[in-house]
Amino acid sequence: MEPIPAPPIDLISLAPVLVLAVFGMMVLITDLFIGKDKSVLVFISLTGLLMTAISSLAKYNLPVYSFNGAYVVDHLSVFFTFIFCISSALAILISVDYNKREGINVGEYYSLILFCTLGMVLLASSTDMIMIFLGIEIISISLYILAGIQRKNTKSNEAALKYFLLGAFATGFLLYGMTLIYGSTGTTKLAIIAKVIGENKILSEPLMLMGVVLLIIGFGFKVAAVPFHMWAPDVYQGAPTPVTAFMAVGPKAASLAAFYRIMSETMPELSYSWETLLCVVSVLSMFIGNLGAIMQSNIKRLLAFSSVSHVGYLLIAIIAKNSLSSSSLMFYMLAYAFMVFGTFGIVILLGRKGEENLELENYSGLAYKHPVIALTMTIFLLSLGGLPPLAGFVAKFFIFSAALKEGYVILVIIAVLNSAISFYYYLRVIVFMYMKEPIKEFHISLTPMTLLVIAISAFGTVQLGIFPDPIIALAQAN
Amino acid sequence: MYLTFLTFLPLLGAILLTLIPRDEVGAIKQTALAFAVTDFVLSVFLWTNFDLTTHEMQFEYSVPWITSWGINYHVGLDGISLLLYVMTTFLTMISIIASWGVTKYIREYMIAFLALSTGMLGVFISLDMFLFYFFWEFQLVPMYIIIGVWGGPRRVYAAVKFFLYTAVGSLLMLVAIIWIYKAIEEQTGVATTDLIFITENLELPLAPQKWLFLAFFLAFAIKVPMFPFHTWLPDAHVQAPTAGSVILAGVLLKMGTYGFLRFNLPLFPHASYEFMPMIAWLSIIGIVYGALVSLVQEDLKKLVAYSSVSHLGFVMIGIFALNHYGIQGALIQNINHGISTGALFLLVGMIYDRRHTREIKEFGGLAKVMPKYTVCFMIIALSSIGLPGMNGFVGEFLILLGVFQNSGMWAACATSGVIFAACYILWMFQRVMFQKLDNPKNENLPDMNTRELITIIPLIVLVFWIGLYPKPFMKTFDATVEHLLVKVNPDNFRPVKPGSSHSKHAKLIKIEDIARLNHQ
Repeated sequence: MEPIPAPPIDLISLAPVLVLAVFGMMVLITDLFIGKDKSVLVFISLTGLLMTAISSLAKYNLPVYSFNGAYVVDHLSVFFTFIFCISSALAILISVDYNKREGINVGEYYSLILFCTLGMVLLASSTDMIMIFLGIEIISISLYILAGIQRKNTKSNEAALKYFLLGAFATGFLLYGMTLIYGSTGTTKLAIIAKVIGENKILSEPLMLMGVVLLIIGFGFKVAAVPFHMWAPDVYQGAPTPVTAFMAVGPKAASLAAFYRIMSETMPELSYSWETLLCVVSVLSMFIGNLGAIMQSNIKRLLAFSSVSHVGYLLIAIIAKNSLSSSSLMFYMLAYAFMVFGTFGIVILLGRKGEENLELENYSGLAYKHPVIALTMTIFLLSLGGLPPLAGFVAKFFIFSAALKEGYVILVIIAVLNSAISFYYYLRVIVFMYMKEPIKEFHISLTPMTLLVIAISAFGTVQLGIFPDPIIALAQAN
Repeated sequence: MYLTFLTFLPLLGAILLTLIPRDEVGAIKQTALAFAVTDFVLSVFLWTNFDLTTHEMQFEYSVPWITSWGINYHVGLDGISLLLYVMTTFLTMISIIASWGVTKYIREYMIAFLALSTGMLGVFISLDMFLFYFFWEFQLVPMYIIIGVWGGPRRVYAAVKFFLYTAVGSLLMLVAIIWIYKAIEEQTGVATTDLIFITENLELPLAPQKWLFLAFFLAFAIKVPMFPFHTWLPDAHVQAPTAGSVILAGVLLKMGTYGFLRFNLPLFPHASYEFMPMIAWLSIIGIVYGALVSLVQEDLKKLVAYSSVSHLGFVMIGIFALNHYGIQGALIQNINHGISTGALFLLVGMIYDRRHTREIKEFGGLAKVMPKYTVCFMIIALSSIGLPGMNGFVGEFLILLGVFQNSGMWAACATSGVIFAACYILWMFQRVMFQKLDNPKNENLPDMNTRELITIIPLIVLVFWIGLYPKPFMKTFDATVEHLLVKVNPDNFRPVKPGSSHSKHAKLIKIEDIARLNHQ
């Protein structure tokens, strides 16, 4: 009997994933031997993330395909690995003081973040639908637990359950879509699917089109695009704030990277079938996200809706499907990571035990008591809105130029009008901070780790806004 | 480099102010003033060193900024921007002196003003579209904060309205900028946002020119503001603190007219010609409507705000006369409006500081208790009307001359604005200064103090200087306007009739003649 031929396995290209897995388990084991003080775990996790970032550079002469074309190390995956490491590191740093305050005293927390990061790296590097599915599942399961990590808090429980139910539902769609595509092309490898499509055999096969639609629905759930966004505000509000920030950046970036690979890289010839659909999803995400955010009085819900609108902008990059779209996606996600962690850092700083102080009113008069914090918050919010000279502006400029290059003028006009709408609610927060009198005393404990995250994020936001050149050059290097 | 230094000097001052403790009120004010004065004095050297004979950019400085996208930090001044630049530093200085009495969060106030100054100066020197947009949006934030924190009772509403109006317009301009960025890359193979390069090399058919023109038009028309995009202006002006109004009227509105001259005319000359009638009529509506609405205002500041709509209508119709007189007149009227309206806002602010009301009916007979104030007010009011011998006359005369060459009808309609201006200003003046002093609250009002005189007298000097001897001002933009007209001359686009010549146009009148006309 012939032995089953083993595909060539290139473990070095898998280095970031392996490093993350090892460190994740190390955190779990160490947790058994230490007492109440979990700061060792923080240290181990951060070291792990640093090692991951370094190990992602192990391969040069990109792209390198391994595992029989199921896993790739290319420019996109390396850049995204860096984004994941930065965002996870910021998430861990931001959690240190928060966890103490809220009494989240479990070591799994940090290992779950590492495992989730593992899933993201895997997802951003997969070129096989099975691998993509695995990546998504690793991310999702870690997030379900993280969202409900405050076992005694009913809101956190509700968020976790809601997220789990809807997420499982979405996974079903995703898997079904993949099955249909497999059915019509006979393979799960993206490269071969692209070839089959290129040979023009299945262009109008209903099975394929159905599969694409189901994929869009599945990914739409994962990135919280309208009309599949209903879970986002509740989950964002209920989950512990650092987890919310973490969810808003890394997993979203990973899903978008995979989405980009499937849509723009694999199926550009099929774009007549998915382009319009994706345009509708993008436009709806922008409008519903922005209009929804206007109504909110809770800062976490406001940011949840704002993140829905940002997905709308990001989808434009996927729709553009040209040489600029992957690099604009990278730049946007990096800028977005800084903005989101900065904003949530300040939300954590102002929050009180038991998730209090999250209403916009609680920000009244902040500028007069803590001018520097108010100023940094202003920077983050204006950057989210896309005002120069901040990172958000350069990121939007990038995406819009990718889209205009392909002639999507109307889409870009809708997007800029949405930016104008978004200014309204970002300004509302600024109005509270600067133009209202304080209603009560602020009891802000300036915890060092949270301040560090805010400082890093502020630096990143301003740096990427004023001197974006090095990062743009990196993003466009391929 | 000098220009960059001057532009960022106020920002440097703002950063320095953050280091001064909040309680050192005196030190804060003096530091802010010192930076503003230095900036003004140094910027005057730009004027004295300015080469009047060329249209080329001067004091140019260019370094690569975002090389991956071909974006440079490229700055420079030409005849269009020089005076606006100097006026910005000048009015910033005046505003800081005028804000001496502010007590609420004085340090943050001065920081906002100095940052605003850098933003405005940056707009006038940017020669790269990306950089221009950068500064254009940057100055929004400090102005928004100034209106929103130090403004009147409805300040939040006014500030948000101001911000959103401007943001909507400028975001569409951003789309146009990216579109041009892509177009120039396709046409020449060079990916750049450099304005000089694009102005020289961009060749567009009429249809895209029109769309792009409209995108830029919206951004600038909101800023100017032209009818019907003016509704943010009265709110912003009425709610803004006095110095905020001065800067708003004196400089921010000029950024709109400047944008038309820097972008719309040279980039889209054909579209400019096509849209000329539309803009002329909108301007005329603005002139007449602004004047009529001013006539019925109860609030002094609102009256001045609406008069701005009317005056800026003149500037716009002058620019879109698309000939030498019109554009020259518009440029000088830009400066005049900054001086006259700025001074009017200062004067209204003084009376508000004393009485905490601006209702016209609360006043009457002020001439008896405040003689110095009345004299100053009268001079400024007359200059705003455009009395010969004062600055307003030079600008309006040139503009009307230019407009007349295009259409007598337009000129006639626009001229009515001058008459209405006399009505609303003089009627207001009469109700406030003359008549009986019947309100007992007005009986013991102190007259202007030295600080207030210091803010007003330089403006009065300028009123007469431009009115009687405008040559030093007019000379600065002569060459630039000449060059601009080579490209945007309407004759380029008119269907040529065989045998026709353009000799019917009036012979060029030299500036000296106008000055002489003024003397008579």
